[in-house]
Amino acid sequence: MTRRVVVLAIAVMAFSDLTRAQLGFRRTPGAVYDVDFEGRKPGPAPRRSLSGTWEFANGGAEGIQADGAKAMPSDGRPEHELPYTPEGRQAFMDHKPTYGITQVPSALTNDPMPGCDPQGFPRIVLHNAHTEEFLQAPDKLVILYQFNKKWRVIWTDGRALPLDPEVPGWAIKGAPPPESRWWGYSVGRWMDDYTFVAESNGFDDRTWLDNAGRPHSDALRVVETYRRVDADHMEKTITIDDPKYYTRPWVALDRLSYRLQAPGFDIPEQECVPSETAKYNELFANPAAGVGDTAK
Amino acid sequence: MRRLLVMIGASVIALPLMLQAHHANAVFDVGKRITLTGTVTEWFWANPHCLLRLDVKDAGGQSVRWVGETQAPPNMIPFGWSKQSFKAGDEVTVILEPVKNGQRLGRLLQAVLPDGKTLIAGASAAAVVGTPGGTLP
Repeated sequence: MTRRVVVLAIAVMAFSDLTRAQLGFRRTPGAVYDVDFEGRKPGPAPRRSLSGTWEFANGGAEGIQADGAKAMPSDGRPEHELPYTPEGRQAFMDHKPTYGITQVPSALTNDPMPGCDPQGFPRIVLHNAHTEEFLQAPDKLVILYQFNKKWRVIWTDGRALPLDPEVPGWAIKGAPPPESRWWGYSVGRWMDDYTFVAESNGFDDRTWLDNAGRPHSDALRVVETYRRVDADHMEKTITIDDPKYYTRPWVALDRLSYRLQAPGFDIPEQECVPSETAKYNELFANPAAGVGDTAK
Repeated sequence: MRRLLVMIGASVIALPLMLQAHHANAVFDVGKRITLTGTVTEWFWANPHCLLRLDVKDAGGQSVRWVGETQAPPNMIPFGWSKQSFKAGDEVTVILEPVKNGQRLGRLLQAVLPDGKTLIAGASAAAVVGTPGGTLP
């Protein structure tokens, strides 16, 4: 009996390795991950620094989030049910995502992304997130995102968030104030030497929060917390606060670990290309959903 | 002890099924596999998905077109796929997870190239990774 238990235990362990392989440890060419440094202790965290290029510490697939925000995937589990207001739930049901519990065939989706509409923030980090580069200047933190080569500016010059997204009060020298933005308005500050917190508002409500169709209103406020853990790591937490659509704030990314890459690491390119999407729809998505002809 | 063994056994059986179900897409006949041998007519290396167009002889000897999709290039490169993986005229054998509606379409899980090299669609076999370009199926 003991031998059978041992054999079974070995089988279970082997299977868990298989599972890991199936789930896919994805290595971006040239990137390094924690698995490459097992047994080595990182040095101390530098003070007030997030500079550098960051990749998911545990493999490139960590940021995919096909079924929705990593900490709250749309999988039908009660603990992942979001605290919708009636308006928020209606907005969620009006969305037709291609993943998650309300998924439809991609030919029938109303997801703005496949057509290459702006992904916006925070979806850029809650779906299909990839390598990010942080550039720190005295008055701002700039984050460069791989997907579609987008960037955000988080002002650190002491300005406040606009009180009304439609009248931001950020206009320079009398220029008319911009309206709500795909990427919102962001300010940030160091809470201590190793914790940077950014707040954002003023979002265009046409974007989705994630790939599972989670909605947000124009009242969305996003809090990003970056904690510099040591010389090689930082953690990112994203909190969604949207009182029109959710009865309480909820955590969409929970201390997701990133690893600092070598200075010469070149971020790969990944673009949403409308003509490529059109060809994909014609050749695959439409016939797969019974729209259009057979395979061409 | 017997109960423990049963529980372990059940978990071993159930886990892959859970993985499959979790990542199912609406259009695919999840878990079904078909193997095809044919001639590549195009390898479309693109977002949101790459497409492999393939002419396959049916039972009557007629050539019919099949299309297999993979995830986008950044999600395939780590598993050894590239823009040069296929060229028109290549004879390849592929395993597809077909769509439900009977169209000659499927998710490309594996391809055996003319030189015998096998490409595996990495995570996508069970965990459908993402979607650059958009969401995707």
